Amino acid sequence: MLRLERRPEASQLMSYASPLIAIVLMLIGGLLLFTALGKDPIEGFKVFFLYPISDSYGVSELFLKATPLMLCAIGLAVGFRANVWNIGAEGQLIVGGVAASAVALFFYESEGAHVLILMVVAGAIGGMLWAMIPAFLKTRFNTNEILVSLMLVYVAQLLVSWLVHGPMMDPDGFNFPQSRLFEDSALLPILVEGTRLNLAFSFAVGALLVGYIFMYRSFAGFQMQVAGYAPNAARYAGFSAKRMIWIGLLSGGGMAGLAGMSEVAGPMGQITEHVSNNYGFAAIIVAFVARLNPVGIFFASLLMALLYLGGEQAQQYLALPSSISNVFQGMLLMFLLGSDVFINYRVRWKEAVA
Amino acid sequence: MTSQAQGDQSLRLELKGITKKYPSVIANEDVSLSVKRGEIHAVLGENGAGKSTLMKMIYGVTRADAGEMKWEGQVVQVENPAHARSLGIGMVFQHFSLFETLTVVENVALALPGNPDLNELAQQITEVSNRYGLPVDPQRLVHALSVGERQRVEIIRCLLQNPKLLIMDEPTSVLTPQAVRKLFDTLRQLAAEGCSILYISHKLDEIQELCHVATVLRDGKVTGECIPAEETPKSMASLMIGKELPVPEHSGPAQLGETRLQLNGLSKVSDDPFGTDLQGIDIEVRSGEILGIAGVSGNGQQELLYALSGEEPVAEAEAIVICGKPSGRDAPDRRRLSGMGFVPEERLGRGAVPRMSLSENALLTAHHAGMLRHGMIQFERVATFARKCIADFNVKCGGEDHAANSLSGGNLQKFIMGREILLAPKLLVVAQPTWGVDVGAAAFIRQQLIDLRDAGTAILVISEELEELFEISDRIAVIANGRLSPARNLADTSIDEIGVWMSGMWEAPAAAGGEAHA
Repeated sequence: MLRLERRPEASQLMSYASPLIAIVLMLIGGLLLFTALGKDPIEGFKVFFLYPISDSYGVSELFLKATPLMLCAIGLAVGFRANVWNIGAEGQLIVGGVAASAVALFFYESEGAHVLILMVVAGAIGGMLWAMIPAFLKTRFNTNEILVSLMLVYVAQLLVSWLVHGPMMDPDGFNFPQSRLFEDSALLPILVEGTRLNLAFSFAVGALLVGYIFMYRSFAGFQMQVAGYAPNAARYAGFSAKRMIWIGLLSGGGMAGLAGMSEVAGPMGQITEHVSNNYGFAAIIVAFVARLNPVGIFFASLLMALLYLGGEQAQQYLALPSSISNVFQGMLLMFLLGSDVFINYRVRWKEAVA
Repeated sequence: MTSQAQGDQSLRLELKGITKKYPSVIANEDVSLSVKRGEIHAVLGENGAGKSTLMKMIYGVTRADAGEMKWEGQVVQVENPAHARSLGIGMVFQHFSLFETLTVVENVALALPGNPDLNELAQQITEVSNRYGLPVDPQRLVHALSVGERQRVEIIRCLLQNPKLLIMDEPTSVLTPQAVRKLFDTLRQLAAEGCSILYISHKLDEIQELCHVATVLRDGKVTGECIPAEETPKSMASLMIGKELPVPEHSGPAQLGETRLQLNGLSKVSDDPFGTDLQGIDIEVRSGEILGIAGVSGNGQQELLYALSGEEPVAEAEAIVICGKPSGRDAPDRRRLSGMGFVPEERLGRGAVPRMSLSENALLTAHHAGMLRHGMIQFERVATFARKCIADFNVKCGGEDHAANSLSGGNLQKFIMGREILLAPKLLVVAQPTWGVDVGAAAFIRQQLIDLRDAGTAILVISEELEELFEISDRIAVIANGRLSPARNLADTSIDEIGVWMSGMWEAPAAAGGEAHA
């Protein structure tokens, strides 16, 4: 008879092995899924995981897709470590994209670096403003930030929808719900000639570095970790819980807003209803797979980006629906949560006694 | 032959060669022990000696690696606590196993087989609680109960099942002396009715008073068996810790200096609907003295401590004056800057972060002591502080980078106490300094408090262990129903008087006593 037994101490090894186990299980689950759908599993595996990164352009696309994920995930991880559960990065990303687009459209046909700089600032502030709502309600009225931030995602989606059907619609765009294409001055410079990889990737790597220093070197980061591990100890030490809620939500909002800016000023070059590709939600999975660790976030974002690209390939070459990406994301999260049980528990074989 | 068989039958429980190994430690090695019908059998040993592990094996929580257990003459393998209960074994844990979101009666119902009627059960609870002097309201939610009240629920829960063997793990630490006597009466009565009792404790006087036989454990092994009535506390202590028990040294009367803590009619309505409201509490603690506050838990200690520490600030700044500064509205870190240190009752999760290293736990409250530069942590300084704390306060641990939850309760308490003392507080507030701490560590901690007082710190100790307060305090006051009695000099009072006061009746005797001393 198999039994779960609590470990005397949480297993360090298992807490790092668990994401890897989850990835392996996700791959096995994928193979089974392909088989069940009547596809050759080996072929499916190749199409999904190898084709997208078989050339250098593919790799550049991988980094491009990973950029908004890294930005969102690092911002969220700062809050998650203090048990501040911002589930609304998706909405904050959209509002950041809207704010950046507003700047780009306001300075339409204007030259100079100030346009991009203002777009970066506007994107981050837009995301922060959206995250301030749950932060204020939580600190003032003790509302649940999970619900408020999540519901605000839908408000943001409706907001952007209204904007691109109205005030931001391209006047010469035949009534398509999208803005004008941005001028070059409102587009992020390309990092590698011949690819779409742009400056935002450097922002993301920079954000991971700053995040690392904040989490592991600064006293504020320490305070947030204490609040996450033992809220009563944080209170005993006199760390302000409200301050942590603000820091947690604003960092998540700011980074998500920047991710929104990097989308509209990067691969999209305009704003449409589809600013986000679920990056805000996928980043939550990224943050957890990464154990809220910046180095982990770098690699987990690449993995998640690969799932996005693989999904597109599967659509094209295997005639599978695009939601296949979501299925893989879901499997990853589910297997992660499942194997996380073994951080605190272990399986013991207990012989049944007559 | 017949007498042999009868001899076996009179044994309720017999353990032979019980061994339990954990990856890093041997919790029990070749432990043998037998408990007769109606016997009160003490299991004596320091924390970490393996008492709790042994009891958990009897109760079916964990299983022995080797050895056998006989229950009423039959070899049994206890599968789980439910199995143990069906055999007639009840256990009152040191760490409570109650669901916080449920009421007392619901918690009791969960431990009973079938689906008992809650109203009937509530009545039974009230009866048992009256009979054994363990007052508790069956309809209250457990999360709103104090530590002492939760223990009462555990005891009542066991008694309701009419056990044949009752295991009690350190049951008296939160009871008044009168209630302890009442509990002892109950236990004696239960024993006379034939129920056997395994009584785990490190309190030698209690064991002498109550227990028929004692088995002494040290480092997981039996170091002796004795009849407590024929021993002295000293001889039992040396069996238990392998050396003489250190007794704290007093350096003489308090050298009173300036007032370091003043409460001016502190009143506070508890946030908790079942909490105790504080009513007009006045306290003055001066440099160089230890003021002890006694009381049965749940009489406002928690509320008073939260108000003192700043975890729950109060509305009027003037109500709490710390080192001359009105601090009622200040947060805990501001009060630290004013010169206050604070050691809370809960070590893991409040006084220390369980998963964090000792270094990081040093940083928790000692960060003002030059550990930060431009908001960045100076890791070398943090580690130096932690190492000093470990060395000066004799903390047994793997090193400063080991997690707080890898330490025993006594060693973690020494570390927390050391951390607060190394910060050179002008005022130190300590709650339950030696709760669940082994005798050696407890003596060490009390000595540290006395040394600190001699060095001129003002110390306020809130404890539910009267003996401890009488050992270290210069003055003693009692908290009952959220009100505080006048403080008495140690020489002018007695355990009996304070015991009576603990039930809230100090007005009449206090007036008489006060006049006599005026």
